[in-house]
Amino acid sequence: MARFRDRSIVSIRDMSIEDLTKVVETTQRVKEGEFSGFLEGRTVATLFFEPSTRTRLSFESAVFKSGGSVFGIANPKASSQSKGESFADSIRTVAGYCDVIVIRHPVEGAARMASELSDIPVINAGDGANQHPTQTFLDLFTIKEQLGRLKGLRIGMMGDLKYGRTVHSLTHALAMYGNRLTFISPPTLQMPGHILKELDDLKVSYSVVDNLEDAGETGLDILYVTRIQKERFGDPQEYEKVAGTYRITRETMGLLGDDLRIMHPLPRVDEIAEEVDTTPNAIYFIQAHNGIPTRQALLGLVTGGLE
Amino acid sequence: MMDRAYKVYSIENGTVIDHIPTPLALKVIRILGLENQGIMTIGIGFRSEKQPGGKDIVKVENRELSHDETNKIALIAPDATINIIKDGRVSEKRQIKLPSEVKDIMSCPNPNCATNILGARTHFLLESRDTVTYRCRYCERATEVHADLLTTK
Repeated sequence: MARFRDRSIVSIRDMSIEDLTKVVETTQRVKEGEFSGFLEGRTVATLFFEPSTRTRLSFESAVFKSGGSVFGIANPKASSQSKGESFADSIRTVAGYCDVIVIRHPVEGAARMASELSDIPVINAGDGANQHPTQTFLDLFTIKEQLGRLKGLRIGMMGDLKYGRTVHSLTHALAMYGNRLTFISPPTLQMPGHILKELDDLKVSYSVVDNLEDAGETGLDILYVTRIQKERFGDPQEYEKVAGTYRITRETMGLLGDDLRIMHPLPRVDEIAEEVDTTPNAIYFIQAHNGIPTRQALLGLVTGGLE
Repeated sequence: MMDRAYKVYSIENGTVIDHIPTPLALKVIRILGLENQGIMTIGIGFRSEKQPGGKDIVKVENRELSHDETNKIALIAPDATINIIKDGRVSEKRQIKLPSEVKDIMSCPNPNCATNILGARTHFLLESRDTVTYRCRYCERATEVHADLLTTK
């Protein structure tokens, strides 16, 4: 039985398949309006040591919708860390002011460290290039909601698979459920070898391709698109060429079948053309909105407001 | 020249760590935190059939190292052998195996890790015995262990 009360949410690596399923099911019940006011009398601190408007606002909205109160820092320059206070002291102090800490920090492992320093639950809202578990939970919930199941699916991931923490965590979770994965990227931005090795160890079937045509041949239920960042390329012309190859338009969608659902963690730049937004295949705004019930469910579970 | 069976003094009581690849004897002592902890004899660069690069020996007097201590040696010297000596005789020949977790003695090679920036104490979990790979509990990167990562403080 997955128990979440007083537990920190730091990494998908800490999660069993029962844990993942519990969060997805609780999110479903929250979204259906089964619970209300479950954070009443609870205070949540959002400590954003690097800016992330979208994630912070969605956490704050999740707290308000569940009847709780929220305070925090949105800008590290406004905190006493800029006066030289240590990270450890900041966390220990704030832990006495609230019932849950939500933290985003540019240093990898900061959320784990915060969870060890405080006796209240800590939720990781992104630690450098490492983990962003609430994104993975909302992705899983969206897949379950839109396709009715989390196993036996054919899922493509496209874009920057080398550096993208979102696709790494999601790959880990989808592999646990048993899905067929197709990785579509330029050769320089392929899924790292250590993740492919993990898939081999788990006996997950996957393929690595460098173009959408080949991906279309494997047949896909979902295409998860991520941004290819300009900074990864020394030569801007090379970037334009590569980015153009991995762009979803109504035309390229033709390669991938009518029932394909397209996901994206957002923000997107131009890797999905706006003309795609109005097709029934595009579910990335639904996905983004699912961040609210997902974060409500997590906050409810770790505070004991939801069982 | 006559063969000398023991180029390093034999001990009456304590722990003998043999077959450490040269020149890692001092590193082994640091990993075990044995500096300034009593009498030790160190031999470096012995010829060895099993170890073409030579072997080192460390003899720790009057101290029986625990399994947790000797297992740390496997991080850099997986073929090292451990003999516990009591009253001049070998009382235990011990196998070493990689520890399931490693705290404090290894540094994380990721410069953006909380252990390198925010002062978290290092803590690694064993990922693969075959490749001697450990995963950092903080930044979650997997690292193949090599002697340079082991703390020399």
